[in-house]
Amino acid sequence: MSAKLGVYLCTGCTIGESIDAAKLAKVAGSECHAAVCRTHEALCGDEGRKLIAADLAAGTVDTVVVAACSPRFKPEEFNFNHGTVVERVNLREHVAWCHKPQDEDTQMLAEDYLRMGVARALKTEAPKPLEAEVSKSVLVVGGGVTGITAAIEAAEAGYDVFLVEKDDHLGGRAAQLYKADGIQASVAAVLHHPRIQVFTAAQIGKIEGQPGMFDVTLDAAGGPQTVRAGAIVVATGWAPYDASRLAHLGYGSSPKVVTSVEFEQMAAKGAIQAKRVLFVQCAGSRDADHLPYCSSTCCMTTLAQTAYVHEADPEAEAYVIYKDMRTPGQYERVYRETQAHPLNFFTKGEVASVSPGADGRLAVTVNHTLLGETIVLHVDLVVLATGMVPNGMDQILNLTYRQGPELPVLQDGFPDSHFVCFPYETRRTGIYAAGAARAPMDGNQARQDAAGAAMKAIQSVELAARGRAVAPRAGDLSYPSFFLQRCTQCKRCTEECPFGALDEDAKGTPKPNLYRCRRCGICMGACPERIVSFHNYSVEMIASMIKAIEVPEEDEEKPRVLALLCENDAYPALDLAGIERRQYDPSVRVIPLRCLGSLNIVWIADALSRGIDGVILVGCKYGDDYQCHFTKGSELAQKRLENVKETLGRLQLEPERLQLTQLAINEWDKVPALFDDFVNRMRELGPNPYKGF
Amino acid sequence: MSANSPNPVLIIGGGIAGLTAAVELADTGVEVVLVEKSASLGGRVARLHQYFPKLCPPTCGLEMHYRRVRENAGITVLTLAEVTGVTGSAGDYEVEVRVRPRFVSEACTLCGDCERVCPAERPDEFNYGLGTTKAAYLPHGVAYPAAYAIDRAACPEGCKACEEACKYQAIRLNAQTEVRTVKASAIVAATGWKPYDAAKLEHLGFGQCRNVVTNVMLERMAAADGPTAGRILRPSDGKEPRTVAFVQCAGSRDENHLPYCSAVCCTASLKHAAYIRALYPETAITIFYIDVRTPGRLEEFGAKVQHDADVRMVKGKVARVEENPATGDLLVTAEDVLANRKSTEHFELVVLATGIVPETEGLPAALKPDECGFAGKNGSPGIYAAGCVCRPAEVSATVQDATGTALKALQCANRSVSHVR
Repeated sequence: MSAKLGVYLCTGCTIGESIDAAKLAKVAGSECHAAVCRTHEALCGDEGRKLIAADLAAGTVDTVVVAACSPRFKPEEFNFNHGTVVERVNLREHVAWCHKPQDEDTQMLAEDYLRMGVARALKTEAPKPLEAEVSKSVLVVGGGVTGITAAIEAAEAGYDVFLVEKDDHLGGRAAQLYKADGIQASVAAVLHHPRIQVFTAAQIGKIEGQPGMFDVTLDAAGGPQTVRAGAIVVATGWAPYDASRLAHLGYGSSPKVVTSVEFEQMAAKGAIQAKRVLFVQCAGSRDADHLPYCSSTCCMTTLAQTAYVHEADPEAEAYVIYKDMRTPGQYERVYRETQAHPLNFFTKGEVASVSPGADGRLAVTVNHTLLGETIVLHVDLVVLATGMVPNGMDQILNLTYRQGPELPVLQDGFPDSHFVCFPYETRRTGIYAAGAARAPMDGNQARQDAAGAAMKAIQSVELAARGRAVAPRAGDLSYPSFFLQRCTQCKRCTEECPFGALDEDAKGTPKPNLYRCRRCGICMGACPERIVSFHNYSVEMIASMIKAIEVPEEDEEKPRVLALLCENDAYPALDLAGIERRQYDPSVRVIPLRCLGSLNIVWIADALSRGIDGVILVGCKYGDDYQCHFTKGSELAQKRLENVKETLGRLQLEPERLQLTQLAINEWDKVPALFDDFVNRMRELGPNPYKGF
Repeated sequence: MSANSPNPVLIIGGGIAGLTAAVELADTGVEVVLVEKSASLGGRVARLHQYFPKLCPPTCGLEMHYRRVRENAGITVLTLAEVTGVTGSAGDYEVEVRVRPRFVSEACTLCGDCERVCPAERPDEFNYGLGTTKAAYLPHGVAYPAAYAIDRAACPEGCKACEEACKYQAIRLNAQTEVRTVKASAIVAATGWKPYDAAKLEHLGFGQCRNVVTNVMLERMAAADGPTAGRILRPSDGKEPRTVAFVQCAGSRDENHLPYCSAVCCTASLKHAAYIRALYPETAITIFYIDVRTPGRLEEFGAKVQHDADVRMVKGKVARVEENPATGDLLVTAEDVLANRKSTEHFELVVLATGIVPETEGLPAALKPDECGFAGKNGSPGIYAAGCVCRPAEVSATVQDATGTALKALQCANRSVSHVR
């Protein structure tokens, strides 16, 4: 294929004053062999765009390179008819706005960026969507308040639902509450909904496949059955923290010490007989030895339960021993009303012990109270406000995935996700956790959460039906292809994919499941044989961009640094530095990557063997508070880099020539010093000895 | 309305709730019209330096959202726009939208020439009044839409400097307000929140004492693109404070002000303590609180900050904040409930943890407020509220709420065309 290349240079926004556009046009013609090269003072305007459109219409051009502002701006303006490859070269934010105008080094930078942009354009093909028959049904796992709500909400939007519950009835923990809030009505609604098929006393034997085509084997009363679902909502709920571990609070040694769950059942049976009830908040929660998190719901539960105490005996007293009362938002009013009851007593304190006292009562010792002293209270009943433990991701989904059968979880047992910005995105595509399985929450919040997860499930099947990726590259049509003839079964790709998209055959050859793929390119980066590529993103493409960089001879004393940037955060940060007109060393050549995890180490070899003096990688923060949109990308890149550094020594190259820096998008002000310092270190190390080879 | 595609869903408010609802719906294949009253999207979160508990920048998630907005042709964004009337019923609303002029067209390239020649200044609302911008201004560095705007109220009479300077003919100083009618299948109101007016808390000295600031102002100071370029400084003399007091529940949990808990201020102040301790390791922090409310998984973050020996927690209400006019220092009188005494201490900076007030301006009449003034979630079968206008909440809970509310709107849209698959 020989592309008819059109290069369009914009001289607006001071680009024309910064660089010599005529010289740049010469590079386009003589070196890049552009069929057409035009210059305009405002390419994004009507007149400028008409220039490009006319060349496309005339057929003199089929591949467009626009050298103007950052691709983050004016995407609509430079979006021509579908399928036309348009590559943007950032001469504004990355050249004109951050480097000395009319300077030899600035000009060299612009020329390199043009060569690199052309190289990229020539390796780009318009992606074609995946096509397959996709089921739009939703599987909901768990028949408690969250699962029931998710099922109804999805069904009401017009989607068929399979609801699976391990017990022989629906309703979960909500149905066991003394004053259950409308749960039976919801159960009835589910049972009668024409779009919902309910499986009780059923478990998932296994789930095979991928979004749009999950084949779910259910082990139910009548024997195993298989259903096909497009997406899954995991609403497996919670269990009370194991109170037997709270021996210091008297649980197990006296029947008069109960959990809040047990107290709820006592209330339902009318079995509360006590003149004085003491509630111990944070029983297990907010405790490094037990649950490090706050269970969020126990304060409100206790407030409701003090009413049960008075309902059973209007003269009975309720004591609440708390660390902090947590009644956020409008719940504060409930707290105030409950506090106002003359027989309710709230005090901040810590329960030191619960032991048998006089008259068959319990003696509760409380330290550090608001009264500033240790007090002993004699009570008839102690209620431990035990916390919520997520009903773990253990033998629930039984996915037949190479990376394991369940959702990957964080340290505290909740599913791994970007829980601040994108709380529903788990590390298994098309599978969304909801309710108390996802984070501690009460029934009200769980209902809303269920609707949110149902929304994501629906979105996932709709995107799959259009052959498009889900978040974070929602709508992306590209997908990886694997040239398996050259696969050496090293398994790096199947191990490293953060989303478990790749299975393996018996020999270890990857079996891609493209509907699970988030299109990050981490598999592409992992592969030593370079057999993974996208239509519009490949090892070869980036390699050709590196090759397009002109490396000056050693005696010119012009170092060259390659900067590989995460396109999601580091690249916009560099744009911001440009918008703020921050100046930095013009020796740096930037290439954006889909994710730093798509870094293939061959690029480093390519760069160093061409005489480039150093390679700096800039990506998202990793570790417990990772910011990588693909969860593991920058961390994987760091590991690969460490491996390369070991081999550098053998090539007589200093490991300092490689560096990975974690940078957040709002740390744009640190970019100039980062680049300047790195280039200066390269100057100190001296030129790459491979220059000129 | 065609037989197969429903009317778009109209979303009021382009903050994190409205933006989330918009992209989630659009990615599902529903058309969306997003109506934002200011000049750019992002709302209150765009003005935060970092989110708790990860201490990660909001811009990171917003950039992903903006990318989805840019690339999804199904989303129409109307900025400087307000809903002025709703008629019709679920599936087939007619919404009147008043679009104020930006005075800058889509031809804007962000070159900045208008700002350079502009002679007039205006208070910088993005920075909560800390500092000024030119009358020709870019709301902020990653603003979406990426275009300048002109605050005509701040322009000198007859000035055309920007119009003459613009090489791209993007400036139209005579542009007029437009009234449009938008068809909608459902409406999601995500009008968000505003900080409680600290001036109403006379005893806490805001507006009278120079070195009493609010939590939202501190957030801007901490940001690299904020008024102090990321340094937290005393307004009176630009000094780095060595002692900082946080006053929790400044307005919240108080029948005379806000009868509810604003839910986020405890974790926000602990986050601010973390900012300050990272910036100035010598600075000591005191937090006056009623209860420390860091629910759920935020507990671990809160505990980590409180573990710092230079972050002191005092359970008790602040009775009074007064200024020493000579030094600008602040005399804080507070109760210390656990020590059972009243304390008076000097601090160099006082931060009021002001609460969340629902922004009900622009809320459709169908959404009746509750007794705390927050919007009820479901007004009528096709009109829903989402986010902080319903209840005070942190970002994650707001995103969750907005996603769930998006489904309500989707149901309504699908029902209107008897969507059958």
